[in-house]
Amino acid sequence: MGDRFEYVDVRVDGDDGPIVSGFSARIPAEGLTAIVGPSGAGKTTLLRLLNRLDDPDGGAVLLDGVDVRSYDVLALRRRVQFVGQVPVTFPGAVADNLGDLSGDEAAALLGRVGLSPALLTREADRLSVGEAQRMCLARALAIRPGVLALDEPTAALDAASKDEVERLVRSLADDGLTVVMVTHDQRQARLADRVVEVGR
Amino acid sequence: MNDLSGAVGYPDVALAVALVVAGATISRLRGLGLEGDMGVAVVRSFVQLLVIGYVLAFVFDGRGGLSGVLLAVMVVTASLTVGRRARRVPGARLVAGVSLGVATVATLGVLTALGIVPVDARTIVPLGSMVLSNAMASAALVMTTLRDDLAASRREVEARLSLAQTAHQASLPWQRRALRNGMLPIVDSTKVVGLVALPGAMTGMILAGADPLEAVRLQMVVMYMLLGGNAFAAVVAGELTIRRLFTADHQLARELRRVTP
Repeated sequence: MGDRFEYVDVRVDGDDGPIVSGFSARIPAEGLTAIVGPSGAGKTTLLRLLNRLDDPDGGAVLLDGVDVRSYDVLALRRRVQFVGQVPVTFPGAVADNLGDLSGDEAAALLGRVGLSPALLTREADRLSVGEAQRMCLARALAIRPGVLALDEPTAALDAASKDEVERLVRSLADDGLTVVMVTHDQRQARLADRVVEVGR
Repeated sequence: MNDLSGAVGYPDVALAVALVVAGATISRLRGLGLEGDMGVAVVRSFVQLLVIGYVLAFVFDGRGGLSGVLLAVMVVTASLTVGRRARRVPGARLVAGVSLGVATVATLGVLTALGIVPVDARTIVPLGSMVLSNAMASAALVMTTLRDDLAASRREVEARLSLAQTAHQASLPWQRRALRNGMLPIVDSTKVVGLVALPGAMTGMILAGADPLEAVRLQMVVMYMLLGGNAFAAVVAGELTIRRLFTADHQLARELRRVTP
């Protein structure tokens, strides 16, 4: 299998100079890739380029060999699902958060991320942080993406939910999704099939 | 009839300054330090009103075609004011200008097209200026609320964008809130009109000697006009502000994105 993404000499400018500059790396289509580096190194920024929440100020990001800016942005975002560090729940029940799914589909999806289908009717803002983060993963999976881009998916979680989410992320990669995960945690990076280092 | 039409001369205006002197005296005695500002306010209001009085007299004297120019100048002035207040919205002056222009033209257009008021400088200019001064507050509220709320809710907005929602869909909850904010004041004041305050147009007509019921009917038209005008201004300001706060590729505008690295 080839590369899913390639960063080509990427530069992203912040208010006081570049956040990232001259960054090149490849992310394979298969398995789990961790982007690691110290805080402030621009890991999150690099992840945000994959679904075009941000665009590079120099260089390019390629998806299957084509500049991500050449794709229809909404189609790109359906294909590359981004889940942020802090879980964001929308008003309404868990079922409303998951979008237009049948009850069975929604229940199966919750099962996939290790949540009880009984939570479907729970108000989303009453979930624990760990449950909310898993719901966000389910919401991303509901779109049937080919790529998951996860920004420090366990940073907001306690130790127990952290282990569960790590196992979940690993199993999603084993099921054939391309998973890109930003982490500052060296131990977590060992879960990955491949590690991309971002220096300062 | 014992009305004030034509009864106020410059000596009367000078005598009315006695009330400002009373205000300044209170300020002095209580150490409010507002005497200077009051003096400036008196002089400014005297000059500004005198100038607009002469301008109106000039336009009404068979030069009705200039009404459009006069209203355009008012729209530009109002846009600069709103643009300053909402300066954190990129291109705020243009956003304000278009929304105020649309509000004024659309509202006056409906009033004249339905034959409610005649196409005449003496009606178009004062009504237009009322629409404009009310729409200003509305547009400024919509613009500032939308910008500040989207900046504060950046995480949630981007979560929605990441789920492949368009900029319009992703910002819908905040648009509703901003538009409500922009329109509530005029809705509320329309509810209590006559109970709490006798509004300007009506008081003016009564002072000028008109039949109170005639004055009331005009006031009704004015209130409904202001309501419509504010709605037009709010919706256009909201739509244009959203376009400025997102890129064409459904990304938050750079200045909202780069709050943290």
